[in-house]
Amino acid sequence: MTLLELQRRMSNDVRRPLTSSFEMQQRTEDGQAMADLASTYIKPNDRLTSFDRLEIYNRQYWFRVIAAVSEDFPALAAVLGSKRFDALVLAYLKENPSTSFTLRNLGARLPMWLADHPEFVPRMKHALALDVAQLEWAYVESFDRLKMAALTLEDFAGLDGDSRLSLQPHLQLLRLSYPVDELVLAVRMQTPESDIMSNAVSEMVVRTRPKLPGMRRSRVFLAVHRFDNSVYYRRIDHEAYLLLSALQHGRTLGESLEAAFANSRLKPEMQAEKIQHYFAHAAELGWFCHRPTDMIGVQ
Amino acid sequence: MPANRFNGFTDYGVGIGLRVPHYNHIFAEKPVVDWFEIISENYMVDGGRPLQVLDQILDQYRVVQHGVSMYFGSAQPLDREHLKRLKTLTRRTKTPWLSDHLCWGSVDGTYTHDLLPLPYTFEAARITAQRIREVQDYLEIPIAVENVSSYAEFHESQMTEWEFLNEVVHAADCGILLDVNNIYVSSQNHRFDPMVYVDAVPAERVAQIHIAGHSKFEKYTLDTHDHPVLDPVWKMYARAIERVGNTATLLEWDDNIPTFDEVHNEALKANRYLHANSSSPLPLESTAHEARA
Ligand SMILES: [Fe+2]
Repeated sequence: MTLLELQRRMSNDVRRPLTSSFEMQQRTEDGQAMADLASTYIKPNDRLTSFDRLEIYNRQYWFRVIAAVSEDFPALAAVLGSKRFDALVLAYLKENPSTSFTLRNLGARLPMWLADHPEFVPRMKHALALDVAQLEWAYVESFDRLKMAALTLEDFAGLDGDSRLSLQPHLQLLRLSYPVDELVLAVRMQTPESDIMSNAVSEMVVRTRPKLPGMRRSRVFLAVHRFDNSVYYRRIDHEAYLLLSALQHGRTLGESLEAAFANSRLKPEMQAEKIQHYFAHAAELGWFCHRPTDMIGVQ
Repeated sequence: MPANRFNGFTDYGVGIGLRVPHYNHIFAEKPVVDWFEIISENYMVDGGRPLQVLDQILDQYRVVQHGVSMYFGSAQPLDREHLKRLKTLTRRTKTPWLSDHLCWGSVDGTYTHDLLPLPYTFEAARITAQRIREVQDYLEIPIAVENVSSYAEFHESQMTEWEFLNEVVHAADCGILLDVNNIYVSSQNHRFDPMVYVDAVPAERVAQIHIAGHSKFEKYTLDTHDHPVLDPVWKMYARAIERVGNTATLLEWDDNIPTFDEVHNEALKANRYLHANSSSPLPLESTAHEARA
């Protein structure tokens, strides 16, 4: 067996799903005995069979990846409860194994995956769970993405309707159906921060369920952004959300303003006042920046 | 070795790992620490607090980078994006050497995020050494490879682990991060004499030493890094220092992390052996006790 063949075999085996009691499956999906498979390349010793030795790695793999995703979605875990959440994470990871050297990106596809897999959530909670997942991932993105040099007042002076404005890579815009910022903040307060990766062996995560605020459906627009290296959830109004989203998608300033107020019943002078307010605010928070190609990002 | 080409001719003493739960204590108390080891991957990000914290640490302390995902022993080509980010970080930290593990962990673009053992074959030694050379050439700093704890052995193996280590580091012309706890853990799992391993290490290549705690279960021993260093490991450490000379030493404590002082004090126990090395006989402790499962 070449090194590559051995690695392909072992990688497949350690990533095989565990039983519901977190042990290695006795048989593969196509009916092969794991004991036979393990013994083709792993030696037994006087205390452990080949199966037992492979199982140590099989369990380690799952405990590690489950822990990594769980750390990024503590509020989703709290909303769903441990049992449902673990089932969801397992199913997600089976379809989305890690393709990066860092565990940081492991949960990146979870919000979209959850949208396509409502069966993992009680029907009444699907929209809420989706909102929570989106906001928790936005936090991860906002936490350590690039911060570019912000535009100055002089830069603003030269803008016209054809200008395109770039938004900070750490700024995430969300349209939500529930005020989940309150819920996620409540859970975050009860969760300690930790490193992305460590050198420790992984244990099964044990969660205590935090207290959650009640949630009633209501449309919320959020800007998740970083200021002084802390992540903030800022509620913005619908027009501001539309304006910023359009700019983020590369539309011109003129087009973006049009998109923001197309269905607005506000009088023109009120609109002008709002626009001025948005820009003053965004400038203060440094949300507008030079395009990545204009200059090298600064930290 | 005190200062050699594998640790950038530095003379570092006893350090500890930089971990999130200790940030506040470090910034508030500014404790005297000879050096910190960071896990590179935690700072290979574009911005935000991780880099702010790192810069603050770099203002006051010496930092050495330790990686957990280079997987020198994976059979396929290196990940260029990973290397690029790692090099950017080495420029920031000015790490005098860089360590990662003698193991594999990814194949066909899928990552296990585990330090998987290699079969001790000539083919694996050749591939691994080649990849270490490539990383060393690209990063332009000395590389030290760390022996891992393992729980499985392969039918394919053609030599012992220490023979394999020798084979790889000579072919790669790289340094060694000797983890005496890992040797101990593997010796328990595979029933070999850990001192034979320590005695077989090419002493002139040792850039750094790791010490850590482990846990003994009924049928195997696990590298848990979650409590103090146990006596058999201190004995191996003493032997390693006797052979290698005073060497940069780092205590790994990654789980159930206690207070900063507790971790630091445990690490500083290494000084007993480092200082003993220059004069009196080794103060070994006689009773060996094991962690309960
Ligand atoms: Fe280590």
